[in-house]
Amino acid sequence: MPNTVIEQAPAQVQAPFDVARLRQDFPVLAREVHGKPLIYLDNAATSQTPQQVIDVFSDYYSRYNANIHRGLHTLADEATAAFEGTRHKVRAFLNAEDARQIIFTRGTTEAINLVVQSWGRKNLAPGDEVLISMLEHHSNIVPWQLLAAEIGFTIKVIPVEANGALDMAAYRALLSESTKLVAVNHVSNALGTINPVQEMAALAHQHGALILIDGAQAAPHQVVDVQAIDADFYAFSGHKVYGPTGVGVLYGKQALLEAMPPWQGGGEMIKTVSFGAGTTFADFPHKFEAGTPAIAEVIALGRALEWVESVGVAAIGEWEGQLLDRATQAAGRIDGLRILGTAPQKAGVLSFVVEGAHSQDIGLLIDQLGVAIRTGHHCAQPLLHHFGVDATCRASFAAYNTFEEVDSFIEALNRVIGMVR
Amino acid sequence: MSTSGAELAQQELIEDFEIFDNWMDRYQYIIDMGKQLPDFPDDWKVEEFKIQGCQSNVWMRHEEEGDKLIFKATSDAAIVSGLIAVLLRIYSDRSAAEIRATEPHFLADLGLDKHLSPTRSNGLHAMLEKIYQVAHQR
Repeated sequence: MPNTVIEQAPAQVQAPFDVARLRQDFPVLAREVHGKPLIYLDNAATSQTPQQVIDVFSDYYSRYNANIHRGLHTLADEATAAFEGTRHKVRAFLNAEDARQIIFTRGTTEAINLVVQSWGRKNLAPGDEVLISMLEHHSNIVPWQLLAAEIGFTIKVIPVEANGALDMAAYRALLSESTKLVAVNHVSNALGTINPVQEMAALAHQHGALILIDGAQAAPHQVVDVQAIDADFYAFSGHKVYGPTGVGVLYGKQALLEAMPPWQGGGEMIKTVSFGAGTTFADFPHKFEAGTPAIAEVIALGRALEWVESVGVAAIGEWEGQLLDRATQAAGRIDGLRILGTAPQKAGVLSFVVEGAHSQDIGLLIDQLGVAIRTGHHCAQPLLHHFGVDATCRASFAAYNTFEEVDSFIEALNRVIGMVR
Repeated sequence: MSTSGAELAQQELIEDFEIFDNWMDRYQYIIDMGKQLPDFPDDWKVEEFKIQGCQSNVWMRHEEEGDKLIFKATSDAAIVSGLIAVLLRIYSDRSAAEIRATEPHFLADLGLDKHLSPTRSNGLHAMLEKIYQVAHQR
């Protein structure tokens, strides 16, 4: 199954992508930075927030701020309905079987830590292997390392090819009866590589291993269907899909969630609490949601997903692909510029280094011209070291970016390179 | 009270910067100052002399000549190299007492703190801390 992109539903007849109109939803895009119009190209770190999502906060705190689930009063009822409403929206967004499989976390990082601490602690032992990839964000490396240091399983790393694609032959060779879980991102934050997660899931399952997919960089850009992928766990973050920070999602298969122990104790996650007769736990998802959650953020996430679907996530991905192509072609004409990550399947991320110009200088200077890009290791130090660099510049695109912004970015880039060399 | 050499250097620096009416020119001036830093031998580019907390690599070492502290430093990034040149112009070849008595008010006077310090990763503060630390240990 060589095709690595999840097939999307048949395209509906849609209006042409109206970037000018949707930009009006984002108040921040009207601001200036250092006297220049903001060109925001750090979307892989965090996406900007449409007014519809911002409005959720004032509406929630003005009208129905209440703790959820156990209250009998009207405000608690309304807050609970809105909170649980997001669970249903996320279910639809991921095409999960059941809304109960959607667990709210603080973000992708916490979702992965939940799997590590709950599933991992119960199911992993010395001699077992967890496969992660060279492309992983630190958040899909360090939690495994922490648990491995404690209980003694082995972490093996799937290498990448020169173009930043995963080495699938090496992946096949690494899979064995010892493999218990494969933890891989759907899209690389540092390079933009789209990984063939459906194929990887099938291969993992052939060896009796589970697969956890970090979808933080995929969910904003392409249709995600956890059933089609056959993902055992899938995680993404609110603040990269035009939602707020402080909220993310873990999807898990029902049988796995059923068998997994709680990982944090507190209110909300119990059935009964007793000093003598033992404490019993709520069913999933509440078993994994101890304490008062980020209620307004969860409701706002639901609103963000509505916004994304009103534009169409496939249409967004296609638009970003056009922006990436334009930027890639123009960047390729800059003397001494090397693009890292040229896999055939790529999301809207342009990661590059420039001979004779440190990424830190480029980042600082281009900011003076109103252009926000990211520089540094992108929380993927092993990957960058593999490519022989400590840092890159990364421009990453979102629905609201324009061709004119790409052109201004390239012009600004040329100018700052000229200043430094 | 006479103005110290460090303070005089600081005032000259501020005057130099005030010639430029925009930040891109100021940055260019900083970068050009960095290009004129004296050579920093590769043997000194070791962990011992490395300053942590920067997105780029910064190495700094000092020597003593009489009562004067001579700082030498370099970076693989252009703006940081320029900031090193700025700091050395004020603080290098001064006595420990003079260094301790010289506040880096040029940062606020020029608005450099606003441009550079929101992210400490540019290393300016780490370099200043190192200079003060050396001066305080004397």
